[in-house]
Amino acid sequence: MDAMTETKVRELDLSETTLRAVNSLLQGRSVEGVDPLEAGESVVIRHARGAHAVAVGMDDPRRVVIQGSVGYFAAGMNQQAEVVIEGSAGVGVAENMMSGIVRVLGNASQSAGATAHGGLLIIKGDAGARCGISMKGVDIVVGGSIGHMSAFMAQAGRLVVRGDAGDALGDSIYEARIYVRGAVKSLGADCVAKEMRPEHVAELEELLTAAGFDDDPHEYTRYGSARKLYNFNVDNHSAY
Amino acid sequence: MDDIDLARRGLRQSATYDPATIHAIQRAAETGIYDIRGGGAKKRVPNFDDLLFLGATLSRYPLEGYRERCGTDVVLGGRHGAFPLHLDIPVTIAGMSFGALSGRAKEALGRGASEAGTSTTTGDGGMTPEERGQSKHLVYQYLPSRYGMNPDDLRKADAIEIGIGQGAKPGGGGMLLGQKISERVAGMRTLPMGIDQRSASRHPDWCGPDDLAIKMGELRELTGGEKPIYVKMGASRTYYDVKLAVNAGADVVVVDGMQGGTAAAQDCFIEHVGIPTLAAVPQAVQALQELGVHRKPDGVQLIVSGGIRSGADVAKALALGADAVAIGTAAMIALGDNDPRLEDEYRAIGSSAGYYDDYQDGRDPSGIATQDEELASRFDPIEGGRRLANYLRVLTMEAQTIARACGKAHVTHLEPEDLVALTVEAAAMARVPLAGTTWVPGTPVGM
Repeated sequence: MDAMTETKVRELDLSETTLRAVNSLLQGRSVEGVDPLEAGESVVIRHARGAHAVAVGMDDPRRVVIQGSVGYFAAGMNQQAEVVIEGSAGVGVAENMMSGIVRVLGNASQSAGATAHGGLLIIKGDAGARCGISMKGVDIVVGGSIGHMSAFMAQAGRLVVRGDAGDALGDSIYEARIYVRGAVKSLGADCVAKEMRPEHVAELEELLTAAGFDDDPHEYTRYGSARKLYNFNVDNHSAY
Repeated sequence: MDDIDLARRGLRQSATYDPATIHAIQRAAETGIYDIRGGGAKKRVPNFDDLLFLGATLSRYPLEGYRERCGTDVVLGGRHGAFPLHLDIPVTIAGMSFGALSGRAKEALGRGASEAGTSTTTGDGGMTPEERGQSKHLVYQYLPSRYGMNPDDLRKADAIEIGIGQGAKPGGGGMLLGQKISERVAGMRTLPMGIDQRSASRHPDWCGPDDLAIKMGELRELTGGEKPIYVKMGASRTYYDVKLAVNAGADVVVVDGMQGGTAAAQDCFIEHVGIPTLAAVPQAVQALQELGVHRKPDGVQLIVSGGIRSGADVAKALALGADAVAIGTAAMIALGDNDPRLEDEYRAIGSSAGYYDDYQDGRDPSGIATQDEELASRFDPIEGGRRLANYLRVLTMEAQTIARACGKAHVTHLEPEDLVALTVEAAAMARVPLAGTTWVPGTPVGM
């Protein structure tokens, strides 16, 4: 990407252009009367005003800045793109993301990063309930605190919380790893605190740096699966 | 010892504690765990066998059986401007996962469905290349677990089916026991090999009908609005659920009755939760009619599943108002499941041909419901596909036979007026008269 291309920015205004047209452009579909985006051309989306499904389904290494807050499923199923939300995000931001970066400068509602397979989701503020639910490989870094039932059935990936975690953290967790700096109100079934070995300190430092934070990783506690519920055992009945 | 011998000895079987019940209690006491099995409800419930068609006589005019055309094609999913599915027959293949079934079985379903001109459906665990490759029309299930779910596969699909539940276990999630979590299945689902995998019963990023509308909006944004969106639900409060699904934006509604099969669930769940298919269809049709979208050019189509076995069942479902049906268990049987030629092997694992339902344990001798490579290799997907196509053709021809006898030039022209019921229960559920009377008992929901 040369310097000329890097500076090219397309402004799309959701008060003038339909959501379908905006998303179609971002996904590389043709839109009548609108020039297609060039490779590497950045996009600024104005007047998001809480719209749902903004910038979903991208599959392009493109930077998209959304001015204002967004509704449900912003940057859903993202692949490759870097999406910056200059506000707060509704339910399911970056749900099922496959790759790329999604950065929320405000807070995020529930189910942030749900089922996401890859990429990096950064939430500068707090995230609501079920953050990282069924995550499948994504990395999530939350600047503030997260709500209850976060990382429920989390399968893979890493969830970093600089603040506190709500009730039932990591309930029925599989192989995902959770790092929390603050207090955890309660742990869910089969989720336990684990030793911070050097490799965990190293990966946490890398994640914090990637998200733009410089905390001391040693202040964090690691949580993960006790792996006692992987196969049904009637003696564990009370855990379900 | 037969019943007569027992009676002569003064031994009387309890209707409450029959031998099966006694066995269930003993099994529970020995193992400490509930019985898990596959398949659908085994108890006898009012079903399509309890309905009869009124063939044409003097008051109706039949079509010539082997000469006059009786159409079978259906168009599904065009309500919101998506590219609808044009199917040659009104019988589709229900969602069954790769994981529950072998890759070869999934391929055979695609082959058979494509040869017969109809659609097949993925399941929990994602889309396999062999299934996509062999399926002319492939519906992609979008399920709570999102195992293997990715936007590329969504776009490869011909339609998207949002799974809310299934007839065997409305309100329940999925279950795939460790025996079937092979390396490939585990990889597709991002899970450790050999664990007992339980799928969530609720979607992770939305709850309730208002959220569902927003989720559909996202899926339409993702696919440029090109893919029809189905909503599949287990039959329970069907009248209300169908209304909610349609108002949320469904293009097609799939209603699965309690006879519909599953790969694995608790027996008590299968037998005691949900309602019979027969009771669900009129509720769904009523909901669609009240919303003005039943059998309209820009309407919402209804697919019915759960215990569809014959062309007569197909015809009866269509007569009650379905636009198409879906088959799962019957499709597996057509492929070769429960084949009596495998009787010795079924007996070796404690079952018998015609009774086998332990799909959860991965030892299916037919090679269909297994991830065991040796067992799966026995199954020939080309032969299986041919058998399925044959079966689908027979279902279609049988439905045509009945439709012609009722004077209909298209199978979807069949109507409730063509039906009567053999029992009071069936009459009340199906909302057709008891045979020989004008009596339709019961008060429909919402009235």
